Amino acid sequence: MPVFEYAPAPESRAIANLKDAYKPFVNGEFVDGSGEPLKTINPATEEVLAEVGTASKSDVDIAVKAARKAFTGVWSKMPGTERAKYLFRIARLIQERSRELAVLESLDNGKPIKESRDSDVPTAAAHFFYHAGWADKLDYAGYGPSPRPLGVAGQIIPWNFPLLMLAWKIAPALATGNTVVLKPAETTPLTALVFAEICQQAELPPGVVNILPGAGDIGASIVEHGDIDKIAFTGSTEVGKAIQRQVAGTPKKLTLELGGKAANIVFEDAPLDQAVEGIVNGIFFNQGHVCCAGSRLLVQESIAEEVLEKLRYRVSTLRIGDPLDKNTDIGAINSAEQLAKIRGLVEAGDAEGAQRWTSPCPVPDRGFFFAPTVFANVHQSMRIAREEIFGPVLSVLTFRTPDEAVAKANNTPYGLSAGIWTEKGSRILWMANQLRAGVVWANTFNRFDPTAPFGGYQESGFGREGGRTGLEAYLNV
Amino acid sequence: MTATTSTSAAPATPAPLVDATRDDASLRRFLLGLPGVDQVGVEQRAAGLGTRSIKKDAKRWAIDTAISMVDLTTLEGADTRGKVRALAAKAVRPDPERQDTPRVAAVCVYPDMVATAVEALKGSGVHVASVATGFPAGRTSREIKLADTKIAVEAGAHEVDMVIDRGAFLEGRYMDVFEEIRAIKAACGDAHLKVILETGELATYDNVRRASWLALLAGGDFIKTSTGKVSPAATLPVTHIMLQAVHDWHVQTGELRGVKPAGGIRTTKDAIKYLVAVHEVAGEPWLTPDLFRFGASSLLNDLLLQRRTQVDGHYSGPDYVTVD
Repeated sequence: MPVFEYAPAPESRAIANLKDAYKPFVNGEFVDGSGEPLKTINPATEEVLAEVGTASKSDVDIAVKAARKAFTGVWSKMPGTERAKYLFRIARLIQERSRELAVLESLDNGKPIKESRDSDVPTAAAHFFYHAGWADKLDYAGYGPSPRPLGVAGQIIPWNFPLLMLAWKIAPALATGNTVVLKPAETTPLTALVFAEICQQAELPPGVVNILPGAGDIGASIVEHGDIDKIAFTGSTEVGKAIQRQVAGTPKKLTLELGGKAANIVFEDAPLDQAVEGIVNGIFFNQGHVCCAGSRLLVQESIAEEVLEKLRYRVSTLRIGDPLDKNTDIGAINSAEQLAKIRGLVEAGDAEGAQRWTSPCPVPDRGFFFAPTVFANVHQSMRIAREEIFGPVLSVLTFRTPDEAVAKANNTPYGLSAGIWTEKGSRILWMANQLRAGVVWANTFNRFDPTAPFGGYQESGFGREGGRTGLEAYLNV
Repeated sequence: MTATTSTSAAPATPAPLVDATRDDASLRRFLLGLPGVDQVGVEQRAAGLGTRSIKKDAKRWAIDTAISMVDLTTLEGADTRGKVRALAAKAVRPDPERQDTPRVAAVCVYPDMVATAVEALKGSGVHVASVATGFPAGRTSREIKLADTKIAVEAGAHEVDMVIDRGAFLEGRYMDVFEEIRAIKAACGDAHLKVILETGELATYDNVRRASWLALLAGGDFIKTSTGKVSPAATLPVTHIMLQAVHDWHVQTGELRGVKPAGGIRTTKDAIKYLVAVHEVAGEPWLTPDLFRFGASSLLNDLLLQRRTQVDGHYSGPDYVTVD
């Protein structure tokens, strides 16, 4: 029997125009930050990609001053039609430099090129296009005759979708007339700094966008800075809670987009083969580094065996490896630290008696990789059913009735997303009303669009990003 | 009316599924109880698999495999013995200047041309397939369909491509379709039966899945998308559903059945996308002419041109392959 070997099709890393060193971006210029430089590595090879200058507390102050000056002097006074021009220009520049951004993102983050190329970068551009359209229509957005921007927004984004999360934060802030100081994640600062180049190319007025690489202490300095009007954070629930404590009692507005443990609910009348695709996409997209990942599969008991069998077969066809190869379905885990966390939780699953199955796919020897893993016989009382694993690990639970599905799906401190798989339209509507989750997908999973608001319940945070609702978070209404 | 009286020579339904075909009501329940197909999902998956990278060695392997899976087909009112002989010659030696080119799987003709094809292909190992059963509409009586089949088989056809009664299927008379397939299968004797679903006329993916299972239950050795006379003919999403059906059939019964997309597959690039689907949806065991075929008339020349391009390192042009 011949074996169908696909030809390796790696993108050239030269497309990324990788430089040896990157610097913080303040007041329209790349500046020497006074923090300790950090080295960002390629998680697929563990090689150092570049040295990145970081900010210190004093740099945060300089950046906030620049943002304040840009806000009062230029940006908030500018007519919406003019702001829209800049946003459209940024959107087009992201498209023009999309290959460079996609390759750089895959190098720095470890995600497969087909995802950075087909999902992250185009969706980032789409957010700028969408919000550009709002910039001159805010008076008609339903918030009253003349909604005002808040001022300077401090934004802190995670490492799982570095460029896309930047777009989710910066596009609505700029469209509504705010200026920003943004901190990208410590392990994935590169595309944010190329985005800073794009701001220069777009001739964005100095100070409107400031980007400060650094670790958690810089994030904390942004949060506690007295002249910031709004904090937007996407990241872990733990850090989100700390931020909320810090902001409490100040006039700062806050939105938090935190962790999740989403239920992907499959009924016995579901389109099973597509449900299996949706389960795979729900948990293995971006190596499971997705806050709204469908990490808890709730499958009706009557079809549990069949679904598991189909799922294992499908998962065994996923290809793990070089993120720059377009045949790669699953790339690298972003950091050694994250890999250790995943391993720890998987061991907990074993210890608690869940039945572990790991894909037999070959895994590279070098770099941070974790083979796709499915736990069967998982119960609500196990850690792997309750804690966010943030990796390619699926926990499979069963239910008997729609009510039980709702009860189990809602039995979590989180509430970011959920999926429903059934051919019965009335059940979809009934379930969607019962589920405490910010996004409920029906017969699909992990679909994103700038027009659809995204955000959580409970420990998944509050506030919405995207859509008309998302604008509200950056407006005085 | 029972399923067994008229079709005693057809193979029995595998044990795990025997209840599905007990009577009209149970067959209906079984088919309507199959999981639905979500259109958006299946089309997305088909599009996604179309982007695998097949180059160099992988491409050479894929081209040769695709050539060996071609059912070289002529189904025209104007078919003559001369045309069939020419096609047979090409089937055995697709590229006369490249003797290492694999031969195709079969030559597919109308029943009255089977004898000519058998004669021309004697000893070559290339099978003769014949579209029997009132091809392509199938709108004739059961007697005539059976007679058509017998003519083809007696003339030496190794494979029979039958069309199902789409009218009966769309009316919901599943048992009639089932029994007709069983009857034709019995009439085939040792010949392999490929059941043409004409998916373009079944209209929905749910129907494609039901028809696939119906044909498998009735003993079809292959399920085939189209006659090539109806548009749309073969598409990647439809083929995905059929590949999924034979995979699921294998899981349930242990039996291996084949899939044949036909009509509209003209380029090497398209053919390779189908092979990727075979590999990833049905699985590696299906990457053989015994279990996967392309029904095509013009695909072969593009495969040959691309094969030369791979082997010679340059493109030679359409005048370097034969026109038959």
